[in-house]
Amino acid sequence: MDKYKVLIGLEMHCEISKTNTKVFSSARNSYDDTPNTNIRPVDMAFPGTLPVVNKEAVRKALMASIILNCKQPEYIYFERKNYYYPDLPKGFQITQETKPAPVGIYGELTYEVGEETKTIRVNNIHLEEDAASSTHHEDTTTINYNRAGVPLLELVTEPDFHSAEEAVSFLETMRSIYQYANISEADSKKGQIRCDVNVSIMDASLDEKDPKNWGTKIEIKNVNSFGGVRDAINYEIKRQIELKEDGKYDEMEQQTRRFDEESGTTIYMRSKVDAIDYKYFVEPNIPKFKLDKKWLEEIKATIPPLATERRDKYINELGVSPRDAKIIVKEKPLADYFEETVSLGANPQSAANWINSIILGHLNKMEKTIEELFLTPKMLKGLIDLVESSKISGKQAKEVLTKSLEEEKDPVKLVSELGMSQITDEGELTKIIKEVIEENPTQLESYKKNPKLFDYFVGQVMKKTRGKANPALSAKILKQELDK
Amino acid sequence: MEYMNKSIEEIHEALKKGKVTSKELIQESLKKSHELQEKCNAFVTILDDAKEQEVTEDVLSGIPYGIKDNYSTKGILSTGSSNTLKDYIPFFTATAIENLERHGAVAVGKTVMDEFGMGGTGTTGHTGIVKNPWDTTRMCAGSSAGSAAAVAAGVFPYATGSDTGDSIRKPAAYCGIVGYKPTYGMISRYGLFPFASSLDHCGALTRNVKDAAIVVDAMKGKDKYDMTSWDSSNINLASSLTGEVKGKKLCYIKELCDISSYPNASATLKEHLENFVNTLEKVKSLGIEIEEVSVDKTLLNALASVYVVISCAEATSNMSNLTGFIFGPRGEGENYIDMMKDYRTKNFSPLIKRRFVIGSYVLQKENKDRYFHNAQRVRRLLVDTWNQLFEKYDAVILPVGSGPAKHLDGSIDILDKDTAPLEEHLQVGNFGGFPSITIPDGFIDGLPVALNLTGACYDDANVLNIAYAIENILGYKNQTSKGGE
Repeated sequence: MDKYKVLIGLEMHCEISKTNTKVFSSARNSYDDTPNTNIRPVDMAFPGTLPVVNKEAVRKALMASIILNCKQPEYIYFERKNYYYPDLPKGFQITQETKPAPVGIYGELTYEVGEETKTIRVNNIHLEEDAASSTHHEDTTTINYNRAGVPLLELVTEPDFHSAEEAVSFLETMRSIYQYANISEADSKKGQIRCDVNVSIMDASLDEKDPKNWGTKIEIKNVNSFGGVRDAINYEIKRQIELKEDGKYDEMEQQTRRFDEESGTTIYMRSKVDAIDYKYFVEPNIPKFKLDKKWLEEIKATIPPLATERRDKYINELGVSPRDAKIIVKEKPLADYFEETVSLGANPQSAANWINSIILGHLNKMEKTIEELFLTPKMLKGLIDLVESSKISGKQAKEVLTKSLEEEKDPVKLVSELGMSQITDEGELTKIIKEVIEENPTQLESYKKNPKLFDYFVGQVMKKTRGKANPALSAKILKQELDK
Repeated sequence: MEYMNKSIEEIHEALKKGKVTSKELIQESLKKSHELQEKCNAFVTILDDAKEQEVTEDVLSGIPYGIKDNYSTKGILSTGSSNTLKDYIPFFTATAIENLERHGAVAVGKTVMDEFGMGGTGTTGHTGIVKNPWDTTRMCAGSSAGSAAAVAAGVFPYATGSDTGDSIRKPAAYCGIVGYKPTYGMISRYGLFPFASSLDHCGALTRNVKDAAIVVDAMKGKDKYDMTSWDSSNINLASSLTGEVKGKKLCYIKELCDISSYPNASATLKEHLENFVNTLEKVKSLGIEIEEVSVDKTLLNALASVYVVISCAEATSNMSNLTGFIFGPRGEGENYIDMMKDYRTKNFSPLIKRRFVIGSYVLQKENKDRYFHNAQRVRRLLVDTWNQLFEKYDAVILPVGSGPAKHLDGSIDILDKDTAPLEEHLQVGNFGGFPSITIPDGFIDGLPVALNLTGACYDDANVLNIAYAIENILGYKNQTSKGGE
């Protein structure tokens, strides 16, 4: 392995899911509606229909461009990429190909791989429309045009990654950016993220800055999960090294392959010579428009705090432990949930504790997202308050929260339903403790010689109150009474 | 009493005074439609069940008109005169037609055109050739052939057209009527079957300039479904027609109009150009100044190629939606590729296929710069040249074509290569999106010939007003193929 250096470039497609309508159509942009219900005539290319640019999609695309430190064009315009496929009713895709058309060119992004910080170069990021989605059955294929025309961002990196780990870390960073900037849910389970990966190897002794030293570029199409990206890259590296070792590398032509998820291998699709000529030209139905500098400034000013910024705030301003803060910001919806709970007045570290332990555990077990969670931040805050004011113990809270999530009941209501609230009244506790001491004369005698028996009395008090006695207060009174 | 051969304002007046009803107008128009169909084959569909509309203050209310068959009309067969859409009934109406409907206009027919507008003869529609009502051995030119024939024959006072190269203005010339395409984007193209989007214009064919202004006033307007449309609410064309043109300046291009450019000129061409020169003298009598200007002949000779390259390239892409899956008769085959091939092979005419081949060729990676990008560069040069003329002149005035309507039997007319720029110069109006209007300016061998006025973008009112004043002194206003005023 050390004999070779691996160069990896990514093309990351991410749907912009956070617009109301599609990118060139007024149909709803929604992932999970009944198939073929979010359609305007233009989405099925009925004769005479025309594209109309969704300004909000352009705004979000420009925001991504700014975050990626790209150069924005002076004029925005679109181009047609002409090819036939059943999921592309117009026979062309409206996209941005030729520089300087894309919403962003020549940027760079710093990201973290484990503890290391790395920087990669972005060749361009462009706005285009998604195709319809196809579902292949045994002998037929069905097409859902709800996806036709959904705004799609394609980000093209330079071949700056050297391992699958780096590539995947970058993709995770990008997903986080898309989520935090409110551009997309960026959910690969919903098919919102799709990647093309190109991989080549070269002798480690050569200078990778000189493209002449690069190996043959192999493109792997349509890798639809981050796990897939990792597997595809690792398989491809292994395959190419084997060819090199066998002396067959030089025979390998530049080619496109596809990733087969089941076998974890890549399969030959077509050679570079068979590459499709997409016959790009400027889309005449969308006038070129000049990008207003003021608008760009406005967009820049409205970029929401991204994950790292939020993480630092949680640590430095809210006093959350670095470990917890890092977990919370991993998914934006979780961070939003946390922030809402805190903004209601809940103790930040307590909120973080509950979220990162029981709540995340529950979500993982049930394969749910935080958005689908029954427990609202307000309910969580109620529970935290009960603990803070010693109305219930931490142990009780844990029990209540678990029950609350399982039975989908408000934990505060559960506490009263179960009669769980702590006994914190000194008089009542003193009365109970006196009874316990009277009921255990032998143990009282033993206690005088052996103070370790104190715990036995604590246990008895808890037993008598079915765990409702406030532990600290009980201990204090018990000590007083036993030592009398 | 006939009404369909009159001007819109005259018909409106008769309706208001109760001399005739909308229903009677429709009956007259339908009867004439069927007669013309027998004679010239101008219609894809005659709407025998057309419903009368209430007569209001709106001059178009209750009056019949024709729609070129490349406008999408809800519930009404819209074929683009192509077998690929021979059974296509849209579920939405083109914005321009919706606008006319809002004015109470009554559509009575869908007119034949060259298939998807890709032709200049009116002979390539899937329902057969359209004959010129002045002389049925001649063509109407195209592509708005049926619209031109029907308006000329007095079937209705106006019809919609579309114009990508000269598809409104050439047939208007051959049929002795007025053809006007306004500035690009003044009328929404939403619902117009595209040919070449950067060149396509909607417009109108009428029998006088004022009618053209009235109709386009009704069709125009910014449309949220067409990003290239613009707000023209401050422009009222009809009320801009004052006829006051004293001091206006026109120019004509020497290289196109001078007989010396045509060493092999036919007698017809000589007559056509002489007629144009005589017309210019009459125009000067209005107090309009006319000057001769010179334009590089190389540039003029490139016109036709520029048009072919750009229009074919855009058309190839625009018509990629015609696969026979979502609409149109589905092809046969084992898989989607075979089915699509079968549908396209069977249903497109050879002429269109040839244009697709050209369009694909000029867009191919290895050819794109040499052909497509160069064509765009020359397009820009031509537009700049005309724009420079517009800095000094209100409009460019030129003869349309090299004479009257050509024979349907292609062997009769002698091909003169030198006249190519004269035949094609109207395309500059599409390259620049300029307002451009053709009006009749005389007769040769009993057949109408025409002149064209083309002005600067957004200067429609001025160009129309000049055409209006010229029309008034030439004496061909409101003529029909059955005889003039």
